[in-house]
Amino acid sequence: MERSRLIQAMEDILGPEGVIHEREQLRTYECDGLMNYRVIPDLVVLPVNAEQVQKIVRLCYDEGIPYVARGSGTGLSGGALPVESGVLIVMSRMKRILEVDLENERVVVEPGVINLWVSQEVADEGYYYAPDPASQLVSSIGGNLAENSGGVHCLKYGFTTNHVTGAEVVLPDGSVAHLGGGKAPDEPGYDLLGAFVGSEGTLGIATSITLRVLRKPEAVRTLLAAFKDTEEAGDAVSGIIGGGIVPAAIEMMDRLCLEAVEVAVSPGFPDAGAVLIVELDGPEAEVENQFERTMKICEDSNASEIRVAEDDAERALFWKGRKAAFAAMGRVSNDYYVQDSVVPRTELGAVLKRISDLGEEYGMRVANVFHAGDGNLHPLVLYDGEVEGEAEKAEKLAGDIVFACLEHGGSLTGEHGIGEDKKKYMPKMFTEEDLDTMQLLRCAFDPHYLCNPGKMFPTPRLCGERPGPFRMHPVQKAGLAELF
Amino acid sequence: MTERNGGGRGEDRYNATDATERRGDEGTFREEAMAESIGAGSPEDVGQSTYAAGDSVRQTVGIGRSTESGSYTFPAFDDHHPPEKDLIDDCVHCGFCLPTCPTYVLFGEEMDSPRGRIYLMNKGLTEEPMNDQMVRHFDLCLGCMACVTACPSGVQYDKLIEATRGQVERRYERSAEDKAFREMIFQLFPYPNRLRLAAGPMRLYQRLGIRDRLRKSGVMNRIPSRLRAMEALLPDVPKEEKVPEVTPAVGEKRARVGVLLGCVQRVFFSPVNAATVRVLAAEGCEVVAPKQGCCGALSTHAGREEESLNFARKTIDTFENEDLDYFVINAAGCGSTMKEYGYLLRDDPEYAERAKAFSEKVRDVSEFLQQLGPRAERHPLPVTAAYHDACHLAHAQGVRQQPRQTLKQIPGMQVKEIREAEVCCGSAGIYNMVEPEPAEELGERKAKNILATGARMIVTSNPGCMLQIQASLKRMGHDELPMAHPMEVLDASLRGEPVETLLR
Repeated sequence: MERSRLIQAMEDILGPEGVIHEREQLRTYECDGLMNYRVIPDLVVLPVNAEQVQKIVRLCYDEGIPYVARGSGTGLSGGALPVESGVLIVMSRMKRILEVDLENERVVVEPGVINLWVSQEVADEGYYYAPDPASQLVSSIGGNLAENSGGVHCLKYGFTTNHVTGAEVVLPDGSVAHLGGGKAPDEPGYDLLGAFVGSEGTLGIATSITLRVLRKPEAVRTLLAAFKDTEEAGDAVSGIIGGGIVPAAIEMMDRLCLEAVEVAVSPGFPDAGAVLIVELDGPEAEVENQFERTMKICEDSNASEIRVAEDDAERALFWKGRKAAFAAMGRVSNDYYVQDSVVPRTELGAVLKRISDLGEEYGMRVANVFHAGDGNLHPLVLYDGEVEGEAEKAEKLAGDIVFACLEHGGSLTGEHGIGEDKKKYMPKMFTEEDLDTMQLLRCAFDPHYLCNPGKMFPTPRLCGERPGPFRMHPVQKAGLAELF
Repeated sequence: MTERNGGGRGEDRYNATDATERRGDEGTFREEAMAESIGAGSPEDVGQSTYAAGDSVRQTVGIGRSTESGSYTFPAFDDHHPPEKDLIDDCVHCGFCLPTCPTYVLFGEEMDSPRGRIYLMNKGLTEEPMNDQMVRHFDLCLGCMACVTACPSGVQYDKLIEATRGQVERRYERSAEDKAFREMIFQLFPYPNRLRLAAGPMRLYQRLGIRDRLRKSGVMNRIPSRLRAMEALLPDVPKEEKVPEVTPAVGEKRARVGVLLGCVQRVFFSPVNAATVRVLAAEGCEVVAPKQGCCGALSTHAGREEESLNFARKTIDTFENEDLDYFVINAAGCGSTMKEYGYLLRDDPEYAERAKAFSEKVRDVSEFLQQLGPRAERHPLPVTAAYHDACHLAHAQGVRQQPRQTLKQIPGMQVKEIREAEVCCGSAGIYNMVEPEPAEELGERKAKNILATGARMIVTSNPGCMLQIQASLKRMGHDELPMAHPMEVLDASLRGEPVETLLR
């Protein structure tokens, strides 16, 4: 389809105010939260309701035009990177909270609703939405769903997938499907909703999402403990979890990270080699008891200072410092490259040592901020993109860090997704058969490979097509699945 | 169902884009008529540039001007104070600025967000020309600096947008009517005497029913929206309460301070100035108010570099030899610019040092009073007030607690917070005159949030916000809600006046 005709067709669906096609305007959409990859989309469209999304997708399907959905554009793996000669479907205007049903502890939202708005909406009634990525004040629920976002409180409460109970989605052929439950918590049959959450926009586009909200815990206690280095802080983490305590969150920041955060939002953190933020929540009596034990464990691990948040304002300050960590890197470095590997908690010490060695080897600074409780690392490789070769070097170092994590039994990503950025590492973690099996699922939803193509998998290929001589997948051979 | 940030489904679906749509549809007509109404000539005289090509009228955000006039320079910026690459590079594209940006809140579009605009600035340094599209997105920025507050990377968007606006004003050829309208604003607002004179005829125009007749005549009714916006904003000119050149301190003198009387403040809110002087004197300050001109804030925020620097130099000349401890400002927009004099005049060998020294002594009046500490007796004022943060006070100067403290130190005074306090009311210097549609939407949004507090009155520290909020409330049929500057409230308390004087 000619571009001018496509523009006209989209304007027929959305009105002129819903279609962006001027070059300068399109350029502002060429990357998401990860600036390392840039592609100028052919068109940007801004639907305001599910019907429009459906029409857009159907048009793309009929014309064989690839498309990518985007929320607030804060993703860190290039998941919302546009595709060349493709359409970018931006959900920022679908931002209404459709239903608040607290008797059933559920809230129904459009995908463009910002994560934090959900908690704000139900706060007065004593509820909140648990998944809290650091980007929660800007990232959208649609994006959180696509990436199965985590957050600091996922250690105890689980990821997005544990808090989404249903979704209305537009499938890649333009049909609408309802995945998951209504008001009842669970339904029989395949967990298609489970497959959809975290599919990084490759299986369709959610147009309304049902979330589970929780009652705010009776008590919350937060402490901040300073340590000489990340190793001692790591010991404390092991001590706490090993002691049978499941905190709502345990976060660690190293020295470099602390410096940046101090410049950015001045939380007044102690001058230390590493800082832990530990939060406990639950029934008053349980929290009191465990909090005492947590303090003792920190002391035993040679904490040089322990601060207890005396009120909500102080707790908010602790978290403000933590949540601003990524963006604060802009204060100490022109550019940074963030990784998102997960390692077994017991390997934390060894992996951190290895990361620090790698940094020295490359002569580059690596800051660490991470969800220590579940071993989800966020090493930030700092570099200056203006210096020739630095970006490539940073990427290589980041890659080596990933390999180190994999060697220690880890995983490529905890919560940022594979997207464009880490797809090349997928074969390091999965076998060809694993990847082919994933492709089978993808093809069941998107046989024409139009929905966020080129993401997540190392070699984009059409469904049913594989390089080299045809070889039937073991699952197919066994008659358990067929190619569409 | 709840609606956040406007827009959404069904019947409300065009809310988010309402303004955009209207701009698209009416831009051309509006501009032509505007040109006519201010004597810029007939549409024919204005020339081809007003007639937009079909495509450009349909721009998502387009005022309906074509590029045929050849206003196309490459790259967008030249060497004279371009948006600095170093400052642009501080942006890591995290998007934390999006939810607090008023235009992103309204339109949901990347290029109308701070992150998007910075992206465009970067492209403008080397890769992209300065054309209508680019300028349009810079023009739409309110300059409210909410993004500066929200940014965890410390991006100095204030400096970036000011530099960009300077470039736009120098290098971009605005349409004749746009230019004429802007010129009219800048020949009027920085000059209190002219403004006072002009405000009269505007009233007259309204009283004689010219507006109603225009409205009834079909096409004409939607034409001069910029003029209409301007007219709707400006209230009756009250009898001027003059401020003496020197007012002695009451009791033991604690400081000698100069006060800026402002332009809009002086004409429309002279009681605020009188109250400010009385409060300062009561708190032990000798107050000096020399004959003075405009501080240059409006021009600075609009990118009119030379003009703004001249105003700044004159203001420094006026005050610097008065042997003052501080320069105390009661208008947020003026204060934020005067704190910047040092930066603005950095290239001027004669003034650079003096401007820096000057800026260091500039204080917002609430900021200054809290620094000084309360001394005079506060009498009770039993009333609940909603405090509205002026962007140029909260975001640009970081002054948030001091005005609230000032109010809370008055016995009986309850201060209510306004939801979405960080989002601009749409006033933004000349913005509500040059971009009336989005400004109107923001104004009504703010007014709704204010009404939701249930407060008996509104308190805010900037004349622009006062005009804007007043006009919005009036449009919504709530012009009964009284409004005051913190200094008027404090003045009433110090003088022991009954609370009713504030609620009239």
